[in-house]
Amino acid sequence: MSLDAEAVARLSERVETAQTCARAIRKLTDDHPGMTVADAYRVQTALRRSYERRGQRVVGWKAGLTSRPKMIQMGVDKPGVGFLTEAMARPEGSAITVSDLIHPRVECELAFVTKAELSGKVSRAEVMAATDYVQPALEIIDSRFTGFKFDLESVLADNSSSARFVLGGRPRRPEALDLRTIGVVMEIDGEIVALGASAEVLGHPAEAVAMLVGVLHDMGETLPAGSLVLSGAITQAVPVKVGNCVAARFFEMGSVGARFVA
Amino acid sequence: MIDETRIRTLGDALHEAMTSGVPTAKISELEPDSTIEDAYRIQSRMLARRIAAGDSVIGKKIGLTSRAIQDALGVYQPDFGQLTRQMLHQNGESIDLGKLMQPRAEAELAFILKRDLIGPGITATDVILATDYVSPCFEIVDTRFQDWKIRIQDTVADNASCGVFLLGEGRADPRDLDLSLAGLVIEKNGALHSTGVGAAVQGSPVNAVAWLANTLGRLGIPLKAGDVILSGAQAPLIELQDGDELTCEIAGAGRCMARFTGRAQA
Repeated sequence: MSLDAEAVARLSERVETAQTCARAIRKLTDDHPGMTVADAYRVQTALRRSYERRGQRVVGWKAGLTSRPKMIQMGVDKPGVGFLTEAMARPEGSAITVSDLIHPRVECELAFVTKAELSGKVSRAEVMAATDYVQPALEIIDSRFTGFKFDLESVLADNSSSARFVLGGRPRRPEALDLRTIGVVMEIDGEIVALGASAEVLGHPAEAVAMLVGVLHDMGETLPAGSLVLSGAITQAVPVKVGNCVAARFFEMGSVGARFVA
Repeated sequence: MIDETRIRTLGDALHEAMTSGVPTAKISELEPDSTIEDAYRIQSRMLARRIAAGDSVIGKKIGLTSRAIQDALGVYQPDFGQLTRQMLHQNGESIDLGKLMQPRAEAELAFILKRDLIGPGITATDVILATDYVSPCFEIVDTRFQDWKIRIQDTVADNASCGVFLLGEGRADPRDLDLSLAGLVIEKNGALHSTGVGAAVQGSPVNAVAWLANTLGRLGIPLKAGDVILSGAQAPLIELQDGDELTCEIAGAGRCMARFTGRAQA
């Protein structure tokens, strides 16, 4: 059974409080077992409107659940999406506070910055043509659910666990590189903790962007020129704690890093 | 230390297991006190039998290079085995699994040398200067024991579990490529199987080759111009079945493709 408008508003407030107060909550489906994916995106949209009312600006979107194993685990055939605001951005090399997060984890991704609008059903080639540049990124995800345990509806309502992101390294024109074979090594305090190549993201990260545009279309949204898209995790998500120094090195794209403080 | 007669017996048993397809008992069970040095002596005997049967050495493989496999065996250094002419297959060739026992595939970077590398004292710089080119490759590992639950003495004695290998198409000069960060993408039957990166091998495959040159140098064995060196798996092991087709691609270095037919012996 679909949620009524009042329930959507209530759940959006519950998620927003959890996000702003860094307090873990129960899965939304514990109280609303009939909640659907469409309901979850209605909650996420209400959350986005609320942040916008408070003066935050949406700068782009993230794709989550972009590896085949994760999709199978969550029972989906397309990525989950979440919005990104300028308030989530942190400078390259900066100190990122973790006391306002619950249980942060870091992933390495390719960020796409677009130069033309993308809407509806688009191909990987159209995404490449609409891409101004790509750049290394760290995404700091933080589920607002207890124990980082959630189901699909809950995580989508929680803005796909979006928390912080860092762009850095060398911007590259998308046609200058083979975006399938970008090797990535993530180190914490100098030790390799995760590695992989960019094909982990649906075989090609632009594929995830194309699918993200399709999900936005279903929500009645397009991806305007100048948008930032975090295309999905190349490496596994690694928990970080106070004092950690994270550095991610990307093939032919330099590196991006940050440290984590209380 | 195991006496020479026993070493010969164990090396012969491995050679016969390889040629007959019938597994032999594990060294770690027959000789629980055997050392890694003993295991290399058994490996030498197994190789001597191969050479006597008309084969020849064309290079080396480096094994146990990833953190995951080192943790699994509790051994925190690589090992090596010998590559022979009869193990070599070319890109795109069909591999008959029926000639192997418990084959699995690993995607790696192969180094082909243009100068001798004689350790000890070899650095990563020496490796780059002595390398003609690098190329993607598949190593088909195999074990001549009953199963893959093996210990360090077992794999070393069994020629570092080497079966056969294929050299890919595409060559790169190591001076032109970041071998630590070049991404590896493996597809099995047209679908993404797994990915990896050079840094999984001792921080960089170049470091693994330097380790090999220095280790062989202490044993009085040179790496020669023209030698092929398989530098170690960059991604997880790949299970193989009749009809499988594998490709691997390494950024800037090209691709390797292999087909597999038949059923493994064990």
